[in-house]
Amino acid sequence: MSNTRQLDDKVMVEMRGVNKWYGQFHVLKDVNLKVRQGERIVICGPSGSGKSTTIRCINRLEEHQKGDIVVADTVLNNDLKNIETIRREVGMVFQHFNLFPHLTVLENCALAPIWVRKTPRAEAEEIAMKYLRRVRIEEQALKYPGQLSGGQQQRVAIARSLCMNPQVMLFDEPTSALDPEMIKEVLDVMIELAEEGMTMLCVTHEMGFAKTVADRVIFMDKGQIIEENEPEAFFNNPQSERTQAFLSQILNH
Amino acid sequence: MSDLSKVRHEMLPDLPPPENTTGPVGWMRRHLFSSVTNTVLTLFTLYILYILLVPTIDWAFIKADWFGETRDACTSGGACWVFVTTRFSQFLYGFYPEELTWRINLAFILLAVQLVWLMIPKLPFKGIVSVLVLFVYPVVAFYLLYGGSFGLDVVETHKWGGLSLTLVLAVIGIVAALPFGVLLALGRRSEMPIVKSFCVVYIELWRGVPLITVLFMASVMLPLFVPAEVTFDKLLRALIGIVMFQSAYMAEVVRGGLQAIPKGQYEAAQALGLNYWKMMGLIVLPQALKLMIPGIVNTFIALFKDTSLVLIIGLFDLLAIVQAGLTDPKWLGYSVEGYAFVALMFWIFCFGMSKYSQHLERHFHTGHGSR
Ligand SMILES: Nc1ncnc2c1ncn2[C@@H]1O[C@H](COP(=O)(O)OP(=O)(O)O)[C@@H](O)[C@H]1O
Ligand SMILES: [Mg+2]
Repeated sequence: MSNTRQLDDKVMVEMRGVNKWYGQFHVLKDVNLKVRQGERIVICGPSGSGKSTTIRCINRLEEHQKGDIVVADTVLNNDLKNIETIRREVGMVFQHFNLFPHLTVLENCALAPIWVRKTPRAEAEEIAMKYLRRVRIEEQALKYPGQLSGGQQQRVAIARSLCMNPQVMLFDEPTSALDPEMIKEVLDVMIELAEEGMTMLCVTHEMGFAKTVADRVIFMDKGQIIEENEPEAFFNNPQSERTQAFLSQILNH
Repeated sequence: MSDLSKVRHEMLPDLPPPENTTGPVGWMRRHLFSSVTNTVLTLFTLYILYILLVPTIDWAFIKADWFGETRDACTSGGACWVFVTTRFSQFLYGFYPEELTWRINLAFILLAVQLVWLMIPKLPFKGIVSVLVLFVYPVVAFYLLYGGSFGLDVVETHKWGGLSLTLVLAVIGIVAALPFGVLLALGRRSEMPIVKSFCVVYIELWRGVPLITVLFMASVMLPLFVPAEVTFDKLLRALIGIVMFQSAYMAEVVRGGLQAIPKGQYEAAQALGLNYWKMMGLIVLPQALKLMIPGIVNTFIALFKDTSLVLIIGLFDLLAIVQAGLTDPKWLGYSVEGYAFVALMFWIFCFGMSKYSQHLERHFHTGHGSR
């Protein structure tokens, strides 16, 4: 199966020669990545290989020390204005959901539109309900996150990001903290999002998801991009030994 | 089918727990008389309570005298509460003119009504009441207590005293210290080196000094640094000292609360585009405040008791005014009653606050809601 489609030429995220250190530890080495509008990228690789760090550099949750990052035509530098602009356009979903436990589901979703986009409260709540409906959880809108299951919380987290109407969505292992029976409900939402044309970067080990959704799969190891390819070629005919070893490990158990 | 195969076809029913493990008898058996040692300890404790409580109750209530004009009313040999009851209004209001004490009463009733309103979860308009308490009430209370406008006569602060002064010191001390404490704590966690060093130095400096020194300095040294024509009210000086001292402690309580908020909360807030102040004000502090409640109440209780130190700079708080009463030749020898009264008043307030904070903790712990 191939996911090849006609993609826009517009580049949404571009990383050029990005390097990052934690103290003396060289965690990202010369990462180059170009994501076009509407493109769906899956990033995989062994634990500690720098996948999270890579996508967290895109919205400046981590600072890179060398190289350039451009997101939605805004250059990511130390200018707070630019950082805020980029964060408005980039949504992020975390492994551990990170919902705000002191706010209801509805308040979680309406918060950023109200305080960042300055949307009037009533309108923001309408937007929130719209996206909660899309992730099929509108009946829980008045509950607190602690009252929901993991899968429900992660769907709320996705809705919360979508409420800001982002141009790019980053997912950092969104299903890794879930009980097995809840993984599907989250992946289904992500697949729908992909079908609607959202530009997505997903760190995940759900290879089924990668095969159905990804335009490109990227394999990282030791802070470097080792291999990238269309999913079919990537899975059936990996070129690098590291990729082969990694795939045989995660596919054979 | 193998021998290892086992299948249950009918589910087991729910049963009540065995008879002798529930109810008061079961409780006593398990907790008070579970073993020989436990039984001996239980009986011993009951005995101690008996030999302590019986004479105390006898002295304080049964053989006590309550009302009268002078010490001659105390004839029964128990506690002479007459000392307290005849001077009760002085213990409450200090030297505040008697015909004006309604202003103090009104100020505290207003405060109590607003606080109770905020404490009862069911009542509406919490936001409006909070704004009233924080911004409108201080002005109203100032004019009520001090006067000087709206046709209210000025009552100089040296006439203030007793329990009302203690409460004024404690309430202003804690309320004013909270915002400073929050700012200091945020500063201490800041990544800006100058801000951070300033906050660390400030906090460590004030925390390393006893309140009594601060009060001495406020009353003796502060006037040396300001021009002679500026006269600083003595109470105001004490208050400034208390607030600066208290903010350092508050900052450490707040910092403890901030540390307990997981990194993921900051990251989620940032990823949504919230700037620093919105992230702190909307996400981090509201969660941290809940965790800080026990710490805040603890420092408040400590401060409430420490306010009695102002007696050394000549302010007549509850303790000072009772002590002054004890030096009255007509009442020599009744210090036990006087101090017992002071202790009881302090205990009532501190115990009340402690209970309320436990209630809040339970509320935040079990309920998911903050409203
Ligand atoms: N804050 C940090 N300080 C120091 N080292 C870190 C920090 N965060 C991550 N690392 C290290 O950087 C490497 C890459 O981390 P990460 O991007 O989280 O890997 P992945 O998401 O691929 O598992 C790991 O070796 C990790 O130990
Ligand atoms: Mg990771």
